[in-house]
Amino acid sequence: MKAGIVPIHVWLPEAHPVAPSHISALMSGVMLKVALYGLIRFCFDLIDKVQWEWGVVLLIIGTVSALGGILYAMMQPNLKRLLAYSSVENIGIIFMVLGLAMIFLDNGHPDLAALGFLAALFHAFNHALFKNLLFLGAGMIQQQTHELNIDMLGGLIKKMPQTSMVFLVGCMSISSLPLFNGFVSEWLAFQTALQVDVLDNGVLRSLIPVSAAALALTAALAAACFVKVFGLTFLGVPRSRHSEKAHEVKDKGMLAATTLLASLCFLVGIFPSVIISLINRVSSQLLAHTLPNESVLSWLWIAPVSHEQASYSPPLVLSGALIAGCVCYWYLRRDPAKAIRIAPTWDCGFGGLTPRMQYTSSAFTMPIRRIFAKAWIIDEQVNKDMQGAMNQDVAAVHYALHIQDHSWPWLYQPLEREVNNLAKQVGRIQTGNIRTYLGYSFVTLLLLLWVIS
Amino acid sequence: MNWLIAILQTTLFVALAPLLAGWLKRCKCYLQNRKAPSVLQPYRDLLKLTNKQPVVSEQASWLFIKAPYIIFSATILAASVVPLIAVDLPTSASADVIVMVGFFAFARFFLALAGLDVGTAFGGMGSSREMTISSLAEPAMLMAVFTITMTASTTNLSWAISHVLEQGLVLRPSFVFALFALILVAVAETGRIPVDNPTTHLELTMIHEAMILEYSGRHLALIEWASQLKLMLYGVLIANIFLPWGIAQSFTPQALGYGLLAIIGKLAVLAIILAIAETLVAKMRLFRVQEYLGFAYLLGLLGMLSHIILEASR
Amino acid sequence: MNIESQDLYTQIILSMAALVGLTSFLMLGQGRLLRLIFVFAIQGLLLTLTTAVAAYSLGNHHLYISAVLTLALKVIFIPWMLRREVLKTNMHRDVETLANQTAVMLGGASLMVFSYYVLHPIVQTTSPVMLNALAVSLSVMLLGMLLMISHKQAIAHVVGFMSIENGLFFAAIVATKGMPMVVELGIAFDVLVAAVLFGIFFFHIRSSIDSLDVDLMNKLNEVDK
Repeated sequence: MKAGIVPIHVWLPEAHPVAPSHISALMSGVMLKVALYGLIRFCFDLIDKVQWEWGVVLLIIGTVSALGGILYAMMQPNLKRLLAYSSVENIGIIFMVLGLAMIFLDNGHPDLAALGFLAALFHAFNHALFKNLLFLGAGMIQQQTHELNIDMLGGLIKKMPQTSMVFLVGCMSISSLPLFNGFVSEWLAFQTALQVDVLDNGVLRSLIPVSAAALALTAALAAACFVKVFGLTFLGVPRSRHSEKAHEVKDKGMLAATTLLASLCFLVGIFPSVIISLINRVSSQLLAHTLPNESVLSWLWIAPVSHEQASYSPPLVLSGALIAGCVCYWYLRRDPAKAIRIAPTWDCGFGGLTPRMQYTSSAFTMPIRRIFAKAWIIDEQVNKDMQGAMNQDVAAVHYALHIQDHSWPWLYQPLEREVNNLAKQVGRIQTGNIRTYLGYSFVTLLLLLWVIS
Repeated sequence: MNWLIAILQTTLFVALAPLLAGWLKRCKCYLQNRKAPSVLQPYRDLLKLTNKQPVVSEQASWLFIKAPYIIFSATILAASVVPLIAVDLPTSASADVIVMVGFFAFARFFLALAGLDVGTAFGGMGSSREMTISSLAEPAMLMAVFTITMTASTTNLSWAISHVLEQGLVLRPSFVFALFALILVAVAETGRIPVDNPTTHLELTMIHEAMILEYSGRHLALIEWASQLKLMLYGVLIANIFLPWGIAQSFTPQALGYGLLAIIGKLAVLAIILAIAETLVAKMRLFRVQEYLGFAYLLGLLGMLSHIILEASR
Repeated sequence: MNIESQDLYTQIILSMAALVGLTSFLMLGQGRLLRLIFVFAIQGLLLTLTTAVAAYSLGNHHLYISAVLTLALKVIFIPWMLRREVLKTNMHRDVETLANQTAVMLGGASLMVFSYYVLHPIVQTTSPVMLNALAVSLSVMLLGMLLMISHKQAIAHVVGFMSIENGLFFAAIVATKGMPMVVELGIAFDVLVAAVLFGIFFFHIRSSIDSLDVDLMNKLNEVDK
């Protein structure tokens, strides 16, 4: 529960945003991991033998949390609430991979279990990095614009160039794009899931790839979600006066801290083997097993199982990207006569583009809202004000959208009612009559005496 | 030597992509009783665009100007991973098929951001739709890919293709499903009919085109080229995984030339099939795409189940 | 068992099994009646091919006759009859909206896993090919049942019923390597009779409740509401 697993996650997006940003960064980055630490300690350390059934349970819980977390996150217009929901998603991913590790461990493949364990811990580490970065970035935005509603922001990339740069790095890591750290751990998770062929149980072998596909869906939705966040916050035209008047953060310390985190995100994405070998030591202590013997880990390559099965070399990829990018940049920009001409945005010939014509958060996520409609409780209302002679001209249109979690009415409200009822029952005990209270003490005394004897 | 061939192969990829687009257009024109432009027309278009002065909106930021270069190089990187004429090249070991999907996501991320950058409604519309479709397509794609990788027990494309070659002709039900799933996903991801119409002029029906509405000059050329490259990439992926015969396994000039001929032939046939399909099928509504991609996912799932049930049961 | 180690006959049979399974899924997700009938005809064609392949590789000549019978009945006659019925009642323009299509499809996929799981202990002693073919044919039967549950039109119910029969037939061909001639003739005749009977039923249902939507048959309920 402390980890914020769907359906008992609702406290998390309520609690994290109200704290100041640096505290919510700590809450998301560190506090959630304490629960994880407890789970790992309990399952892998305290108990002698892990049952694979628990692994399946963890896998399913993790899948639900990951998907649910990111779907709820998509619908949030509030930046910090969105980030808090995305923590739910990331914890879900970690649970999934831990579940895989348990399944492999009990089925007699400790080296693959070590791989899953490693992927989970690495993702936890990465999540701490980029979620801290994003929360601090959100704090900087809030400080400068006094806004956290991304429908009110926009165009900040020109006002706050450095903040936007570090925030972009955070968004790219959390969307698990290659060259950044989030991708490496997700890649390891996929590699773990693809080793299911060694299992004997046919149902497990078909269940695990399905959950891997759910992981893919989660990653793709996360990318869509953070395109929304970055695109609406930093790009486009300012949507409010505050965001128009924003300027770069003055405090050097704030910038330095976020820049440090961003460069760590990038460096870990390029040279993941440093961290991987660190975590490998943990798994050798805890599981008494490390990665498979054939696996290759050097600064240039990571090949978790063997070189034939899968390999990934971020430095090579980075150099390839740099070469390709520079060549076409240099080739196309060589002629100074073809410098860029700045012109107004095309407005279809009608004139008067206003910032309000831009896509908003709820507009951006509308297709997804419609496709996964069952995941939320959606209350969508369109009211038209009519006027004119026949009362047929539309004067104004009001649009209201309320999106709610399923777990409030299904889990929490019944629980709340029950507790209230119980409290009323208990309340009857308190009569106010002193003799009754004496009677209680007497009965308790008798009971205790009976128990002792 | 190996690196040289790898670079040569990537260059070939980049150079041949407009040719495939031209050939596809020619087939479509022929089927629709129209007079077809030359097969080389896409090259001329690209040249024309690079020679023009680009116009950029005054609202645009640096991201808008840099995005085409990022998109283009990410797509080239994805291309360098896929074996075109030869297997066992060093570039294909640097990244596997999951990383390739990652590169596509990378390019798409920046394309969608660029669509949002100018602050028009069309750009936002395109970005929103593109991200929706791609997030539905990704699980279907990975399901198909998992089927293949579980059969070959590797995610490295080059090794997977060698594995299929070694086994000779084996009728695998799972491959049939994975093939169809991958074709459906490829159509959705490259923005062809019935998911998106690359030649549409109506902004409201656009997906990919709506995002790049503000681009012009060399920026537009790069993005167009990247999307042609992506089309070719999916074609090569389908052709070389399911019908790898002809691809060079050694680096002799003869084998390489043979591999080149084989892949050109295979791509030409695939393009004809795509042209016929695009002529016969109408573009569907945006909210039908989920059913379409759901079907692709189902095919991928069936492929994987039949791999587990029919082919590798114990 | 690995597919590479099997002979060509087994590979073909397994591919056919997969395709038959696919057609079942296609039928399940189909909202238009004419297309449903078309897919059903394709399933019949696949069965015919399977029978012919079995006949060829086993050298069993009377299987050819049963292949021809399948072709005549399931690919030509029954689809033709159903198609005529649909055109006559002008139902080919209706698109049946399937409630919860995704759930039905995912249910179908899990039925496939389920049928494999159920059959696993039974056929552990026999060859794995048998297990696979039986698993697929059981799932085709279950999918046919699901088709009948999820669709409203009576014609879709007939197709579902027939595809259950197809599943049985497939299992019979693959598992017993051809039944005695009498049994096959009997089955073919049964199917024919069933088709004719359904035709008569359609006629009566339509004349009594003016539609072939089985949900309207709820009106026949005699319990007062």
